[in-house]
Amino acid sequence: MFTPEILASALSFISQGTRKTKYGVQARARAYRRTGNGTVTMIYSRVLRETHRVNMKKYDAIVIGAGHNGLTNAAFLAKAGLDVLVLEKNEYIGGATASRELHEGWMYSNCSYVCSLFRPEIYQALDLGEHGLEVVPLQGSTTFKQDGDYFGSYHQPAVRRREIARHSKRDADASIRFDADLMKWCRLVRGFLLRTPPDPASLKIRDAMEFAYLLKSFYRLTESQIYEFIRFFTMSIAEYLEEYFESDAILAHFSGGSIIGTGLGVYSPGTAYVLLHHAMGDVDGNIGSWGFARGGMGSVSKAIASSFQSMGGEIRTQADVQQILVKGRQATGVVLDSGEEVYAGVVVSNLDAKRTFLNIMARKDLPDELYRRASNFKIRGSSGKLNIALDGMPQFPALPIGSPLTLGHMHFTDTLERLERAYDDWKDDCWSRDPYVDTLIPTQYDPTMSPAGKHMMSVFVQYCPVEVEGGWTDAKRDAFGETVINQIASYSPNFKDLILHAEVRTPREIEAEVGLTEGNIFQGELTLDQLMFNRPFPGYAQYRGPVKNMYMCGSSTHPGGGVMGAPGANAAREILLDMGRENTTPEDFGDD
Amino acid sequence: MSKHDFKQVLEPTPFHARVDEQCMVKNWTSWNGYQTARVYDTLAAEYFAIRSSCSVMDLTPMEKYRITGPDAFTFLSRLVVRDISKLQAGRVTYVLWCNDEGKVLDDGTIFQLAENDYRLCSQHHQLDWLLLSSLGMDVDISQETHEVAALAVQGPTSYSVLTEAGFSGLSQLKPFRILQTNLHGFEVMISRTGYTGDLGYELWTDPANALEMWDAIFAVQHLYNIRPIGLDALEIVRIEAGFIMPGDDFNTAETTVRADHDRSPFELGMGWVVNFDKPYFTGKRALIAEHSLPVKRRLVKMSVTGNKPPADSFLFDGKNGKRIGTINSQVWSPILKANLAMADIEYRNGMKPPEIWAEIYYQKELEWRATWAECRIVEKPFWSHPRRSATPPGQY
Ligand SMILES: Cc1cc2nc3c(=O)[nH]c(=O)nc-3n(C[C@H](O)[C@H](O)[C@H](O)COP(=O)(O)OP(=O)(O)OC[C@H]3O[C@@H](n4cnc5c(N)ncnc54)[C@H](O)[C@@H]3O)c2cc1C
Repeated sequence: MFTPEILASALSFISQGTRKTKYGVQARARAYRRTGNGTVTMIYSRVLRETHRVNMKKYDAIVIGAGHNGLTNAAFLAKAGLDVLVLEKNEYIGGATASRELHEGWMYSNCSYVCSLFRPEIYQALDLGEHGLEVVPLQGSTTFKQDGDYFGSYHQPAVRRREIARHSKRDADASIRFDADLMKWCRLVRGFLLRTPPDPASLKIRDAMEFAYLLKSFYRLTESQIYEFIRFFTMSIAEYLEEYFESDAILAHFSGGSIIGTGLGVYSPGTAYVLLHHAMGDVDGNIGSWGFARGGMGSVSKAIASSFQSMGGEIRTQADVQQILVKGRQATGVVLDSGEEVYAGVVVSNLDAKRTFLNIMARKDLPDELYRRASNFKIRGSSGKLNIALDGMPQFPALPIGSPLTLGHMHFTDTLERLERAYDDWKDDCWSRDPYVDTLIPTQYDPTMSPAGKHMMSVFVQYCPVEVEGGWTDAKRDAFGETVINQIASYSPNFKDLILHAEVRTPREIEAEVGLTEGNIFQGELTLDQLMFNRPFPGYAQYRGPVKNMYMCGSSTHPGGGVMGAPGANAAREILLDMGRENTTPEDFGDD
Repeated sequence: MSKHDFKQVLEPTPFHARVDEQCMVKNWTSWNGYQTARVYDTLAAEYFAIRSSCSVMDLTPMEKYRITGPDAFTFLSRLVVRDISKLQAGRVTYVLWCNDEGKVLDDGTIFQLAENDYRLCSQHHQLDWLLLSSLGMDVDISQETHEVAALAVQGPTSYSVLTEAGFSGLSQLKPFRILQTNLHGFEVMISRTGYTGDLGYELWTDPANALEMWDAIFAVQHLYNIRPIGLDALEIVRIEAGFIMPGDDFNTAETTVRADHDRSPFELGMGWVVNFDKPYFTGKRALIAEHSLPVKRRLVKMSVTGNKPPADSFLFDGKNGKRIGTINSQVWSPILKANLAMADIEYRNGMKPPEIWAEIYYQKELEWRATWAECRIVEKPFWSHPRRSATPPGQY
């Protein structure tokens, strides 16, 4: 213990004073000691008082996070005439929908890399075309086989059919039934994307009407279709596809989409639905097709941001929100990590449900049940990503010369068994030694992402765990990257020599850099218990938080992850409804 | 491991060298993935070759399945809604088949080639359904579309042409019968079948003989007017003859996404092929249930007054009345000088509407006009001729 005497002898002098900081005025006490040789060291420093510069301006709404959903939400609020501020912790906007130049001359779509789920209704309503967005449909997909052959799903229907028939005549015919069946479920689910899920336990008229809409959609199905739909929702993708196809490569090819971003394997129940989640998007009415945003996925966020700003919206980057301020069970604003406070009538969180409730809200502001549900929210990370700058075009000798298949998705896992093994590794806290990858080279279409003649490759990797044994290190991350590069190199002999730079991201990097808890790409898994009126939690599926004037708009809410914009737009509709403002969000174009 | 030629979008048939040579307008389309001529030269000339002399059409793209084995007959009998117990070797029968909900998947013909040996021809791809339906049965099913080259030779002089070209034994061949014969030493199967409603034959052979067979027929061109015809001419004659086209006149069940957009045989006016006395066939239960209720809608043959093409027209129960249906396919019949159509219309209380009117939009020099035309349901084929079934066929 310091006694006053000891203190007095030890201290050489004490200073007290105030200084102006970036954020306000600080009063500070400091104590210094002079040592024998005459140097002075500070031994004590304490802030006595600090008056934060309070942002005196009160916004109508603050959106925390400039992910594409935060921006979409903000844009529709601004469109209704509200004064809206978006706060983003990173120096760049977009969250998991971003393009960044990490190697000079090369632009990466760092996280999401293909666009299809984005709702055309939102695209149109926010004039994203005028704000510079262009989505170029990409063509086809390939699974390379270990025996040197390949299966190519061509864009051209007649060519595609013949290629399926080369592997199995039966599968060529079965794909007709498969496409029609998938379309039935797509039509059903797509109708709910731009709607707020009903609360089945509520007695409100609107909930009853929405629930009736839901039932009516099912009513349009025949009896046998309803049975089939329930099976579809609960089946594994492997079992589902085996009801159609027999060729190993085709089964592996079509099941890949079902494990992307999930903590599930091809034989896990519930994975069939995930296929739908990926297949229900469209590019210009071609359901199931994917596109590249010219300039990378950041162009999507940029266009939404530009639309937002053109309506008077304000975006602040490097503004890390520490906490949502709540007074008298009402959200009143936020406090940034700098200590700055910003006030608003409405606070919207674009963060995932875990971060929203466990990180930036005070425990005291949350009902116990909500806290418990947020703690239990399933958000296991399972994906990695490599972005690679290439000195030229990699060759894939298995393909005929000039094949259009390099223009599309390329996969190197040709059996369901290998896919399941990849999952087994993940369950054992190890990245898949023989991973499932979704590889694309968008620079074959897009001249803006690399110098002419050079290329950029995007490699999405399933599976990569949140924690490896002994914890992630940079060395382990690089070893994970090597595993992926080696797999591709075994189908492309010149690939390794072309690599100029690679960004390797495990869930650790995705969480740290993007702020997706556990690196889960969907802000929470897409399993039946976390979909529709259960997303993120029962009773909280209508975008409203536990306190007044607080809302959620990220992928943790209905209809979930992917670059869709729908959660952002749906949340805006609820906010505007509560404020008694005109609804600026679009209605579903409809399919009939 | 054969690689895929991605540059070849549509596949050539075994007759392609000749088809390509004769096709002047190069108006190609895909028929089950094969490169097929819509028109060779002039539609009217092709149409009248069918109705007044002799037409030749490459039929190879029609789907063909070989069905063999001890359970082949049982399998087929359960597959189709028709009673096929009278089928025997050397005969052909028209059939259609449904899914378990009694909705039509496709129609086609069964050729019995020998004991336990059948060929099923269909408009659309059916291998998936055939294999699913054959589970647990001792039957072998393979697609042989590409392994059998087929030509339709149709028209009043088709008998004379084929006889002159060197095929013998046709004089006693009755409709829906098969003749195994040969030409220049190779085997050809000839059936007296077709999609034109006229005198005509279909010739089936190994693809290796395809060009020689084509050449043998066209070698007698100096004696008869023979023309290769495309799909457009066929469309006119098949509607004149009252044949339905799965996929065009109704949505086939397998490809139907929206509930109620598929059709039962009764709704297609094909109730006459459904046989409830058969112990079992796929869709029977659903069809019995449906049959006990008044039919809700029908695909009907209609003649439409006037000369304005009722393409894609809505149909009403009166001029400016309530909408009751749509036109699915329609042609101008040069021989009847009439607009003929296949139309899907509501039957209220199982009754055909007393009046049907088509609202027709048509264009004159880029200006759109609208008119009303009264329609009349026709139960029989629009056009038929006794020469179609006369045996021996007439010498024209
Ligand atoms: C590797 C990867 C690949 C993917 N591939 C595809 C794909 O190809 N196609 C597709 O459709 N979807 C894909 N996805 C999914 C899709 O990208 C996401 O579901 C979607 O972008 C999430 O958008 P969001 O706006 O809901 O949330 P986010 O993009 O997560 O936005 C949240 C934002 O909040 C910010 N933030 C976090 N904490 C704070 C704080 N405290 N204060 C202020 N700001 C904060 C973050 O920086 C971020 O900008 C992929 C995701 C990943 C990770």
